Amino acid sequence: MSRIAARGMITVDVRFFAVLRERAGGERRRVELPGGSTVAALRAHLRERLPELPEGYAVAVGRAYAASEHVLEDGDEVALIPPVSGG
Amino acid sequence: MARVSIRVPTPLRSFAGGRSETEVRAATVAEALERLTEQHGALRDHLFTEEGELRRFVNVYLGDRSIRNLGEGGVGLSDGDEIRIVPSIAGGAPVASPAAERSGAVDFSPDELRRYSRHLMIPEVGYGGQARLKAARVLLVGAGGLGSPAALYLAAAGVGTLGLVDRDVVDITNLQRQLLHDTDSVGAPKLDSARRRLEALNPEIDVRTFETRLISDNALEVLDGWDLVVDGSDNFPTRYLVNDACVFLGIPFVYGAIYRFEGQASLFGLEDGPCYRCLFPEPPPPGLVPSCADAGVLGVLPGIIGTVQAIEAVKLILGRGRPLSGRLLLFDALGMEFREVEVEKDPDCPVCGEHPTLTELIDYEVFCGLGAGASVDADVPSIGAEQLARWSRGGERYQLIDVREPYEWRICNLESAGARLIPLGELPEKIGELDREATLVLQCRSGSRSADAVRLLRREGFEDVFNLEGGILAWARDVDPSMPTY
Repeated sequence: MSRIAARGMITVDVRFFAVLRERAGGERRRVELPGGSTVAALRAHLRERLPELPEGYAVAVGRAYAASEHVLEDGDEVALIPPVSGG
Repeated sequence: MARVSIRVPTPLRSFAGGRSETEVRAATVAEALERLTEQHGALRDHLFTEEGELRRFVNVYLGDRSIRNLGEGGVGLSDGDEIRIVPSIAGGAPVASPAAERSGAVDFSPDELRRYSRHLMIPEVGYGGQARLKAARVLLVGAGGLGSPAALYLAAAGVGTLGLVDRDVVDITNLQRQLLHDTDSVGAPKLDSARRRLEALNPEIDVRTFETRLISDNALEVLDGWDLVVDGSDNFPTRYLVNDACVFLGIPFVYGAIYRFEGQASLFGLEDGPCYRCLFPEPPPPGLVPSCADAGVLGVLPGIIGTVQAIEAVKLILGRGRPLSGRLLLFDALGMEFREVEVEKDPDCPVCGEHPTLTELIDYEVFCGLGAGASVDADVPSIGAEQLARWSRGGERYQLIDVREPYEWRICNLESAGARLIPLGELPEKIGELDREATLVLQCRSGSRSADAVRLLRREGFEDVFNLEGGILAWARDVDPSMPTY
């Protein structure tokens, strides 16, 4: 069931992993974006709100990797996955 | 004519009237399968090609013995024999295993058969699978947190040739998670303790060691000829290097990486699957994603991720199950949650895409922004350890602030050079205690946290503030080698 908010805005549920969780100050964040926004738009939004988030993370929408041009939908769960180097 | 039973695997039972076992009378395995397909015609196309050969993904066992070639006069049967039909892959495309081609020449001693008996009992492994394991050659990059459990389990499982690449010596801080090494091996090369441990665990296998750092100049030579690579490296340059070299050489590699309580694993470099760069085309800016040494890691975590890597390696060698290709597995120990994300091969990938732009290895230190002269904290004024030592000896007026945690101070500190402990988290509230007229030097373990502290103080209007470059580790290296480090 999709909840289209007023003024054509959508809300996505962003989940942070690993180092992003610490930099974002939490595991989840609800982000409101104009309808039709892409993954790239979400990245730009977060860059502005959370400048301390390291770039270069991968984005998964639902259970699948999503490229920059992927269009987000209201209610999407979006996982931000940073590269991790430890071994 | 012998009276034998044929076991039909679950996926094929619907073509065999739903039955898991059928009795037939036959003199040879070929004849027994012929009888079976006479009874259940629908099975024929699933087992045989049009030329009447066994399909590649169908394995037939007589007891523990793998029967590949039905043609050579047939294999004789006795009353009560059990023939098992085992599909290679449940729900996935079969994966070619180079070890399979060599496994025909493999033999086992009675001791080995006992050692591996719990494998031989499993239809999906059996004699044929164990022979594949023995014929397999697996290279582990890194004998650390991930490499330890992976190497231990692969050695125990009977992977015949295990290679290890590492050039570090064992440090006491490794022992909280790196199970290949022990307290007695502190200070000695990791490969020495690794070899000793693996050979003690399984003297039947061949352990080969490469005491070197994997770099562009040696990677193709070191990696060439292995069936499979397990990446347990601890830095981005090596990870991109392993990826690119494996793609160029056509070697699949099992990826694993850990951070504090979270881990990632996948299988990259299969022909139809993605590579690491399809997921992360570019490395993160240097310094923003810390290593285990800088961020810490839960000691048990690599036990989970490294064993996932070992399982994927074993599955790939056996040609069984659904490989972790095209899927990134994410593990969160605090939430005790496994989650997976589908990752497709990127047609625009610079390395494995349709029109690769990268066709030879590059300088991965430069690619990851860590090349000579590059500094993560270039924006921060800094001084070296030797210079600080000169200031200290010369009676220079300065204030040295150690921003580490109290437990770190107890391991080693620069009290002799006038250091005062103010953990980074307490710095904002203690700013009033600092002398705005004095020259301030901020110090931590490696220079990263203290660089953050310098930025904080400069934002607060402090002008004469320096970072001790390389932290107390640089002091131990350049000024006082007797100082314990961690």
